[in-house]
Amino acid sequence: MNFTLPYLLSIITFLPLAGAVVVLFVPGEGAKKTLALLATLLTFVVSLLLLPNWQNVAGMQFVEELAWFPPLSIRYALGVDGISLFLVLLTTLLMPIAVYFSNLYVHKRLGAYMALMLLLETAMIGVFLSLDLVLFFVFFEASLIPMYFLIGEWGGQNRIYAAVKFFIYTFAGSALMVVAILLVYFSTGTFDIVALQSAQIAPAVQTWAFIAFALAFAVKTPLFPFHTWLPDAHVQAPTAGSIILAGVLLKMGTYGYLRLAMPIFPQAAVQWGPVVATLAAIGIIYGALVALAQKDIKSLVAYSSVAHLGYVMLGLVAYNAIGISGSVLQMVNHGLSTGALFLMVGFLYERRHTRLLDEFGGLWKSIPVFCGLFLVVTMSSAGLPGLNGFVGEFTIMLGTFQAMPFFAVVAALGVILAAWYLLTAYRKMAQGEITRPENDKAHLKDLRLDEVLLVLPLVLLFFVIGLFPNLFFDKINPSVEALVAQQQARMVQHVTVENSGEFSTNLFIVETLGQ
Amino acid sequence: MFDVAWLLFALPAVGALVILLLGTRLPFKVVGWTASAAVMATFGVAAALYFGLLALPVDQRSVTIVYWQWMTIGNFQVPAAILIDPLSVLMALVVTGVGALIHIYSIGYMAHEERYQRYFFYLNFFILAMLTLVMSNNFLGMFVGWEGVGLASYLLIGFWFDRRDDMYGWYADAGKKAFIVNRIGDFGMLVAMFLIWSSLGTLVFTDLGEAVHGLAPAAATTICLLLLLGAAGKSAQIPLYVWLPDAMAGPTPVSALIHAATMVTAGVYMIVRTNALWHMSETAMLTAAWIGALTSLFAASIALVQTDLKKILAYSTVSQLGYMVMAVGLGAFGPAMFHLTAHAFFKALLFLAAGSVMHATSGVLDIRRLGGLRKKMPATYWTFAIGAAALAGIIPFSGFFSKDALLVAALEKNLAIYLVEIVAALLTAFYSFRAFFVTFHGRPRDEQLYAHVHESPQIMTIPLWILAALSVVAGLLNLPFILTLDKWLAPVVGAHEKINITIELLGILISIIISFFGLLMAWALYVRRESWPQRLARPFRFLQPMLENKWYIDEVYNMAIVGPLKAAAGWFARFFDPKIIDGAVNAVGEVAIDSGEAVRKLQNGAVPTYAFSIFLGVVAVVLYFVFAH
Repeated sequence: MNFTLPYLLSIITFLPLAGAVVVLFVPGEGAKKTLALLATLLTFVVSLLLLPNWQNVAGMQFVEELAWFPPLSIRYALGVDGISLFLVLLTTLLMPIAVYFSNLYVHKRLGAYMALMLLLETAMIGVFLSLDLVLFFVFFEASLIPMYFLIGEWGGQNRIYAAVKFFIYTFAGSALMVVAILLVYFSTGTFDIVALQSAQIAPAVQTWAFIAFALAFAVKTPLFPFHTWLPDAHVQAPTAGSIILAGVLLKMGTYGYLRLAMPIFPQAAVQWGPVVATLAAIGIIYGALVALAQKDIKSLVAYSSVAHLGYVMLGLVAYNAIGISGSVLQMVNHGLSTGALFLMVGFLYERRHTRLLDEFGGLWKSIPVFCGLFLVVTMSSAGLPGLNGFVGEFTIMLGTFQAMPFFAVVAALGVILAAWYLLTAYRKMAQGEITRPENDKAHLKDLRLDEVLLVLPLVLLFFVIGLFPNLFFDKINPSVEALVAQQQARMVQHVTVENSGEFSTNLFIVETLGQ
Repeated sequence: MFDVAWLLFALPAVGALVILLLGTRLPFKVVGWTASAAVMATFGVAAALYFGLLALPVDQRSVTIVYWQWMTIGNFQVPAAILIDPLSVLMALVVTGVGALIHIYSIGYMAHEERYQRYFFYLNFFILAMLTLVMSNNFLGMFVGWEGVGLASYLLIGFWFDRRDDMYGWYADAGKKAFIVNRIGDFGMLVAMFLIWSSLGTLVFTDLGEAVHGLAPAAATTICLLLLLGAAGKSAQIPLYVWLPDAMAGPTPVSALIHAATMVTAGVYMIVRTNALWHMSETAMLTAAWIGALTSLFAASIALVQTDLKKILAYSTVSQLGYMVMAVGLGAFGPAMFHLTAHAFFKALLFLAAGSVMHATSGVLDIRRLGGLRKKMPATYWTFAIGAAALAGIIPFSGFFSKDALLVAALEKNLAIYLVEIVAALLTAFYSFRAFFVTFHGRPRDEQLYAHVHESPQIMTIPLWILAALSVVAGLLNLPFILTLDKWLAPVVGAHEKINITIELLGILISIIISFFGLLMAWALYVRRESWPQRLARPFRFLQPMLENKWYIDEVYNMAIVGPLKAAAGWFARFFDPKIIDGAVNAVGEVAIDSGEAVRKLQNGAVPTYAFSIFLGVVAVVLYFVFAH
């Protein structure tokens, strides 16, 4: 027997919150820093216990269930399956990195800052582990508030505008979701996410509820054309905020789409699939082109996220195991690659206090270690085979090709553009001649050992995922395959129930699913 | 014997890692020899695999070793596995053999380079990626090497990332261009892989032979044309060849190794490797044949007027790759591989000899400033002569036999293509000797430069002589009628098609005449300076500006593709995104909420109150709905 803990998921979820409380009340900056780091590290270590105790099967594991508000059968229910496992681990891995970076460079109101970071971690993990719609919604909303303050208080020049925009935009999405959650409850009588996956909901209700959910998640992801809050938020957010925002927070959108919108409203999801696919494909090309024209590295990475998450959405709506498993892995890949990108940009910003590409040039001469690592991160983001991004992108496109070949071809065109904008950024930053004295060897210091060690785990994971993706797919696949199988079964069921000319379009849908 | 195959990857990987981690503490010589030793040992491993195959009966010469399951989702399964067969072993021998020589040569050539660790690290990484490309038993594994060598190429072209000059602009831009143009080809490869897996259910090469029989002709044509796009990117064929001439910005040994001998032949290798697919589509094969033929003629025409020695060789490489693609298009897989091998020797030789000239002239390669180097650089002179003779196809150098094998196949199968290739062969012979005569014969044109010229050290000339020897004798690999190499490759590409003996002899005769005619023309024009060749060329003078500007292809691409895309990107980024999309968002926002009010409160420090009231509001709404029910 492997060592495990009782209430493992609750511990993982609420350890950071406990840490937040302690950090708030402990006096002294040094103590706050150490405790915050310890809390996130401990959470990471505890979350690793999931792996040796894992079973490669479909269905929820480590389930915890408590009645919360019995009259409405609202429960405190947590569980983890192959879809959420690596998102949880991604969160617990990125947090200590973000906190350590903040320890180095954040000085203003440290206690509040660290408490908010830890609160954010609890909220994010809660989103991935919730098995109850109300609980999910509480965590989903709770994640907004700390991020809002992190941007609004510790951000850049235009932080207030960015924070308010971030908050109101995503909040508007959530407001729709509240209504949809209630719709779901009134038509099924349950908030149980697992039970809802086999509940029948009338088509008309499905359509409206699906649209509401999809919009909420589309804003969060963000899917074109709901993406404009993202560049603002990223450019203004402090580095650690950007790492978490891009690394984890955006995945709450794609995860929500996969966990809720798709299985609870199967017919509507299939019906609207082509719309989502179209937006995702536009996002891939559009995000890449806009990234190409950016002058600020952070907004370049932000637009690249629009493109990358376009791939993730495309794989989801492909509705087959290859596409969805690829998407689940790609969520993790994007978290690692973009997290690492923002981390690297953060190192540079703290040294030069600018992020404008034109301010750099020739850095490979003055800070070779930074530039070498940056190149690896860039290549991971560009989907170089052998590294993590390629595995996700390829399986997503292959899955998409089975369902919607045209979109897969568009996505493949995005691969060309990704190389273009990333290498253009690298060219402007690292290559060429040193044109400013601030960038030369005497003024600019290369990465310190601790900074290298901060990026190193992410870089190692690029290689591990790129070369041994089956370590991940083994755990992801059973849950995804079960989801797809259930989906297909329900579509067939649905047609038998309807069995009239009214929904003849569904026959076509079943055919596409059956492939 | 095959148990050691993993060392093919482990040795260069260890070499690269040692240099990466310890390089800064090691002196130049140690780093150079570490990298070289790794590749020499890898060559030994490849040789062991060769003898291992040789010991097997012919029909069993295909050994697959699965190292682990790479990607598995449902019925999509791709192993991390290698295929040891006559084709992959031939490629591995060429890559590691020529690679080892070039590593050693680099120890001399790069002696004054301060970033030498980086150079040898990249070089070892390249060998690792190239072996992954040729040894993989499936498309996806090959693609890892395929883009890996692209990365190595990008890094090495832009090795001097802080340099610029009039010919290349920023060297870093040349590297970037190579990577992006190659990605256009990779787009073709990606979509081809989607189609192959969707229609055949496998990406493993050895499964293709059986699986293709159910393939619809239209699907086969689409797949092969997409693969051809990939090959056009990597092997610098029309319309994607534009990156290769710029790639000459990289250090010359790199041009020899990557941009002449090995990486650029990957497209040809890939087509030969997937020949089962190509047999299913006549259209695709004919397209490939014509693309190759036209590329060879077109690039040869540009090479005629180039004045930079490396650019001449670059266009020559494009042209010779065109020959190979033409040959695979005509189904002459064995001859294509023969030419690939011979070309690897003599073109690596020519580039290294050009590098030796560069070493002597501190980087000057403009043939208008050279001349008369014969006396001061005898080793370079003679080895370049051998390389030029082989490239020109002078009997009995290797290039004669390998090119003749291609030409005879064309003569047998497609007269129009044959005629194109004969013209290209004439041009090849002419520009090869033009480069040779102008550089090494006559009187020095730049006395000051000439005064400093010296022969290169032995560490550079010994690899030159080895490659020269190979360029002389490589014809023995596949002599007409004996066909050792064709027979060796038969298990992979099928038996050599018998060619009518009259055609064979006629082809040989024409090849001899053409190559000597080209040689004579160059001699007459550049050594004797008689007027008749000039008169002969006069009717074609109108082509001169077109040729010197490389048919304006780069300009056309910039105007038709790069420019519009950049303009669109700029318009999206500066107008459409902020004004239209975000404008709409902000307009909606202003209507819905008095955001000015919100901002004012925030600035007053009432942030917590505000946000928490929103949060409480949500909870209140939820509870209201809940209890109202």
